[in-house]
Amino acid sequence: MTFVSIRNLRKYYGPFEALKGIDLDVAKGEVVCVIGPSGSGKSTLIRCINRLEDFSDDSRISVDGIPVATGRALAKVRAEVGMVFQSFNLFPHLTVRENVMLAPRRVRSTSRADAARQADVLLDRVGIASQADKYPDHLSGGQQQRVAIARALAMEPQVMLFDEPTSALDPEMVGEVLDVMRDLARTGVTMIVVTHEMGFAAQVADRVIFMDGGQIVEQGPPAQVLSNPSEPRTRNFLSSVLNH
Amino acid sequence: MDIFDTFLNAEVMRRSFPMLLKGLWITLQLGISSIIAGLLLGLALAMARLYAVAPLRFLTRVYIDIFRSIPLLVLLIIVYYALPFLGIRLSPFMSAMSALTLVSGAYTAEIFRAGIEAIPKGQFEASAALGLNGRQTMADVILPQAVRVVIPPLTNNSINVIKDTALASVVAMPDLLKQATQAQALSANPTPLIGAALIYLAFLWPLVALVSRMERRFAARRR
Repeated sequence: MTFVSIRNLRKYYGPFEALKGIDLDVAKGEVVCVIGPSGSGKSTLIRCINRLEDFSDDSRISVDGIPVATGRALAKVRAEVGMVFQSFNLFPHLTVRENVMLAPRRVRSTSRADAARQADVLLDRVGIASQADKYPDHLSGGQQQRVAIARALAMEPQVMLFDEPTSALDPEMVGEVLDVMRDLARTGVTMIVVTHEMGFAAQVADRVIFMDGGQIVEQGPPAQVLSNPSEPRTRNFLSSVLNH
Repeated sequence: MDIFDTFLNAEVMRRSFPMLLKGLWITLQLGISSIIAGLLLGLALAMARLYAVAPLRFLTRVYIDIFRSIPLLVLLIIVYYALPFLGIRLSPFMSAMSALTLVSGAYTAEIFRAGIEAIPKGQFEASAALGLNGRQTMADVILPQAVRVVIPPLTNNSINVIKDTALASVVAMPDLLKQATQAQALSANPTPLIGAALIYLAFLWPLVALVSRMERRFAARRR
């Protein structure tokens, strides 16, 4: 069953065509990893799904049957789509627990007590329950990114978008974030992950998409795309990443 | 007659002190109400300047530029002496408060705008991705962070507003300066003027020192 549907997605930065008519369907519960060289449009692609990036008028995106448009419909989509950013983007003036509580309180009108209880469950799940009263600045990068995942999960999203979630982390902290994401994949949440972590893609993804020059060049199960790619561009990219 | 009898005459000071206090009270009323009204106006202008539809954004910019250019004394005299020709007759207090608010609002708008623009784009994106609407994003995420950045310049602006209240004495407002000049005329001695100056200093010097301290602290934290 198609959950996220993308048709003819085009995105221009001035005259530059960043996305050249992408078609993509993601099924409910599917874990899709998007790989490709920088500038290939993979971040832009997932940022269009909750319309952090505007896209061309003749492009169509829908999430759970709701078109990604503007106004109230967009708010509905955003409530179903969680996002984790490369640079965490935690709210520095709120404690870790308050970061997780804010959206349920404001968007869902959850009571303070319920939101706090839910936040503590989520923080426990990502392994930072003990830091709940600290401010984000006092946490390591890996811990901050795990808070950001808990914050997105607090809205009980149907889809989670990850925009290079480990790229800003020190190497020793990448593992703890990937572990949380791996656990999350097992719970059946639909995930679209832009990543450079080929090991994670190989282990966790149901499907790997290779993008280059604003197009999907190749896609399929990880065993096929990562181990036995049919396109020369994919082979070039993989050899440059893996021999690095 | 020595210099103390002329400028710091204890007897004159004692007699004129109640008048000065009355003036101080009016100065504070005028200053504080103009500061608060200017903050509200400034916040509204900053929002319009950043997020309104294009024509309104343009008009807001014109407003801000005009009221940052016009001398406050000129504006005050126009409000008090020219508006009555249009049938708009404001009391001295309302004239002074309007002029101070119009100008303070323009400066405050630019301060808020700079504060909001200093917040990283990722904060807006994270708020949007969580489903917060524009108003919630401002109230819960952006403004609480922006306010910390703008407290020193806002305090600075408030100091200016309180200093500028002295201009209200030209439209017959019985503020601190006006009371002092009247007391001076009554006693034929400039001591009340010195008294008024000392009262302004007593109120504003600590605020100036506070701003310097805050600016040093913010600068240190940013490093």
